[in-house]
Amino acid sequence: MSTLDTTPPQDTAPVRPRWQTLLIRPETMTLILLVIGIFAGSQLSPFFLDVSYILRSFTLYSELAIVALVLTMVIIVGEIDLSPAANMALSACVFAWAQASGVPIPFAMLIGLASGLAMGALNAFMVIGLQLPSIIVTIGTLTLYRGLAQVLAGDKSIRVPEWFIGVDKIMLAGIPLPVVLFIVLAIGLGIVLGGTIFGRNIYQIGTNEIAARHAGIRSARIKAGLFLLVGLVSAVAGIMTASRLGSVRYDIALGGELQMVLMAMLGGTYIFGGRGTILGTFLAAWLLVIVSTGMIVANVLPAVQLVVLGSLLIVAIIATNLIYSRTQR
Amino acid sequence: MTTGLNTLGKIFLRREAGIAVMIVLFCLAVGAVKPQFLTLDQLRIILLLTPLIMIGAMGQMLVIVARHVDLSIGSMLGVSAMVSGMLYRYDATWFGLDIPWWSGIPISIVVGALLGLGNGLLITLFRLPAIIVTLGTLSLYRGLTFIISNAKQIDRQWIPSELKGLSQTSPILGIPWIIFIAFGVALLTWLFAMHTRVGRQIFALGSNPVAAPLRGIKVTQVTLLVFAISGALSGLAGILYASRWGFVNPSNTGSGFEFQVIAAVVIGGASINGGIGTVLGTVLGVLLLGCVSAALPLLGIPGTSQAAIYGAVILVALVIDRTVRQRGIVSLKRARA
Repeated sequence: MSTLDTTPPQDTAPVRPRWQTLLIRPETMTLILLVIGIFAGSQLSPFFLDVSYILRSFTLYSELAIVALVLTMVIIVGEIDLSPAANMALSACVFAWAQASGVPIPFAMLIGLASGLAMGALNAFMVIGLQLPSIIVTIGTLTLYRGLAQVLAGDKSIRVPEWFIGVDKIMLAGIPLPVVLFIVLAIGLGIVLGGTIFGRNIYQIGTNEIAARHAGIRSARIKAGLFLLVGLVSAVAGIMTASRLGSVRYDIALGGELQMVLMAMLGGTYIFGGRGTILGTFLAAWLLVIVSTGMIVANVLPAVQLVVLGSLLIVAIIATNLIYSRTQR
Repeated sequence: MTTGLNTLGKIFLRREAGIAVMIVLFCLAVGAVKPQFLTLDQLRIILLLTPLIMIGAMGQMLVIVARHVDLSIGSMLGVSAMVSGMLYRYDATWFGLDIPWWSGIPISIVVGALLGLGNGLLITLFRLPAIIVTLGTLSLYRGLTFIISNAKQIDRQWIPSELKGLSQTSPILGIPWIIFIAFGVALLTWLFAMHTRVGRQIFALGSNPVAAPLRGIKVTQVTLLVFAISGALSGLAGILYASRWGFVNPSNTGSGFEFQVIAAVVIGGASINGGIGTVLGTVLGVLLLGCVSAALPLLGIPGTSQAAIYGAVILVALVIDRTVRQRGIVSLKRARA
């Protein structure tokens, strides 16, 4: 191979037509499911297709969806973070506790955000500094953060001032503020992940970290940055939840890690890293809201909803794994 | 080479000795502040806190040794306890059959084993990571408990008094049956893990999943077996939960169990990278957790801080595990050089 050989090797598959590559993308699957979901929902109840109803239901999930966007990047880089839901609870408790003990709200919010960042930093230190597997580390920090929230708030709920309540009632062009925030963050992160060198680096680390490091990518720095970002965004989401609910308890977003991972998986993010898009998670968040509100409209028991969410997660990973193993051939 | 293995062996020996020393130091420290901590009565309290965690930890240890993790044990505990609970409940009202009180024990174990087998099938058939599958089944099985029970609690009067007696009456020395069952399970696990071919294969699989099939180990079967055992032991823990607490609640029973158990196993020195883990270490890990839980109320620390302590303990154990492993690698390298 000393001379330049531009002819491709014999055993590569012929290039597929563009429509075919688009069709086998996992996001297409999510989009089709979303359309089916909306259609099925509209059959269940005539009120379902009301846009403001769907937007209002989405605000209930918007905090988790915002974190899921960043979590998607963490999964693409080849790690996982199960602690953001507990992080949301602890930073909301820190915030509420600070303002209840007399700190002005803006400073209390800063303290809450700082605590979220600190939690992200602890994850980053354990995973990148000490080279421990992120799965088990974040199971530990999940327990720790939720436990600390319980220590801080006890079994009581901490109230926040009247004027602070209702971030979900603020409308921008008819869309609730949390949903606007979600859409803006999705566009921003989508551009970063899909259109910048930094974003491509994330994919490269997730595909083959050793090769990426040999190519001069500072993988440790990028990974640590993503863990910090998850921590910070979780704190934002936690404070938003506090404003939406009007009071803070330690069990805010309990079990939310399942729904966040579910959003990423439903959107076609590959659990072993290297594949996935923000668009997929964006669509999956809407899909999850449609399915959940559909079940509420159809009067499905909350217990059955647990079963449906759990099965959806498993079906989603099986489907994305199958799609990717097909395209590998 | 041999010297290297000897140092490795010594380190692992020291590891278990280390946990034992930690237990003794912890008890002495608490005893110095509150002398009533060092009484036989307190020992009984500590021992009564541990059996469920110990039974769950034996299954989880095997799963972790096989380089997987099982997050769904709390929900499997809930489902299997609920199936037996419903049996006891409708025994009195519907069938009129005389179902013996002990029938819940095999039924719960079988239900748990089937649920665990479900986890194993998903993991092996579709080659999925255990953590995500069991995160999904954690929610799925929890939903099942609500569906089976119609979201109603199984109250005290439905549970046979003989079953409740397992955690109150004692064959000898005032130690309840439930503790003998837990230590019996630990002994059987030790025999299985250390002295049977399949048991050793679990360790081989965990320490090198690539080499294991080349050495003729049937990876699929071993993985299925490990998850089925974890499920079966969760089922046993489920029926003993009904015995110990006298009720089965669809939302509370077994929730958070996975974190206590994983904490105990990781403290006990099982490596999350697979292939390493001992029954003795796990038993000591469970006892240390029991001592901590028993000391909290005596020291006036509210029970709400328990979860935080479990979390901190998992993280500390992870860091210790890493330093021990690195020292082992260094000593191996030195022995080779």
